[in-house]
Amino acid sequence: MRWIWIDRFIEFERGSHAKAIKNITLAEEHLHDHFPGFPIMPGSLMLEGMAQTGGILLGDVHNFEHVVILAKVPKIEFHSWATPGDTLTYSAKLIEARAEGGMVECTAKVGDRLVAEAEIVFAHVDPASTGAAQIDQKSFVFTSRLLTVLDVGKAGSGGH
Amino acid sequence: MPTRDEILDKVRDTLVDALGVDEDEVTPQARLSADLGAESIDFLDIVFRLEKSFNTKIPRGELFPENFSAADATLVANGKVTEKGIEELRTRMPHADVDSFAKDPKVENIPELFTVNMIVNFLEKKLAS
Repeated sequence: MRWIWIDRFIEFERGSHAKAIKNITLAEEHLHDHFPGFPIMPGSLMLEGMAQTGGILLGDVHNFEHVVILAKVPKIEFHSWATPGDTLTYSAKLIEARAEGGMVECTAKVGDRLVAEAEIVFAHVDPASTGAAQIDQKSFVFTSRLLTVLDVGKAGSGGH
Repeated sequence: MPTRDEILDKVRDTLVDALGVDEDEVTPQARLSADLGAESIDFLDIVFRLEKSFNTKIPRGELFPENFSAADATLVANGKVTEKGIEELRTRMPHADVDSFAKDPKVENIPELFTVNMIVNFLEKKLAS
């Protein structure tokens, strides 16, 4: 399963900030249940999209040497909603990046309309601190594998 | 150099944001875990916020020491912190009330050292240096 809730990075400034977009479509099964007759992007998935945008930013600072996990969401506020056809722009600003973990501040917008804002704290789980001999990176989300999203756009616009 | 009251005010704001507690719960004597409900990850969040709010750097383990008993087996015996362990705590946490802890030095009481006052002591010293 590919748990990727961002479609493309449009800005990526190492150690500083990143912007990613997510196009919402009715092809996403869950929107038909959330809610019948009123399809809106679930807040939890917007949080995931913001966490992925910010999690890559943090992982990249340490060259993906740590396993980055979402540890805490001290703040999340929803101001509006987003529907199929909308493009959500997730902006993440790196506030802290240390050996133990990091923190980002994020917003989700449709155009200029603020949809959500969040603070997200990440922790680093290292094999030494958990006692586990080896951690399978494949089980985690915020890894260099997620950087395949950065390849989107390399295919070009499709124009001639 | 902020006064002790000014430091306490900012620490209170920090803990209200990090732990979602009410202002009046954050008394100097309040214990972060037992009284304010802090869990392990909250300590990281608190350090981030204090650094930002006080514009200072707090290296890992300086405010909240980690893995105290794991580092040296002679610091703990039979579920209690040994004499040597108490001395180690005094060295590592000059900002904490180790005297009170020493009266009943059970390992499970170590989190009791982490109080609002302890953070204020730490910052007062840090900002003065």
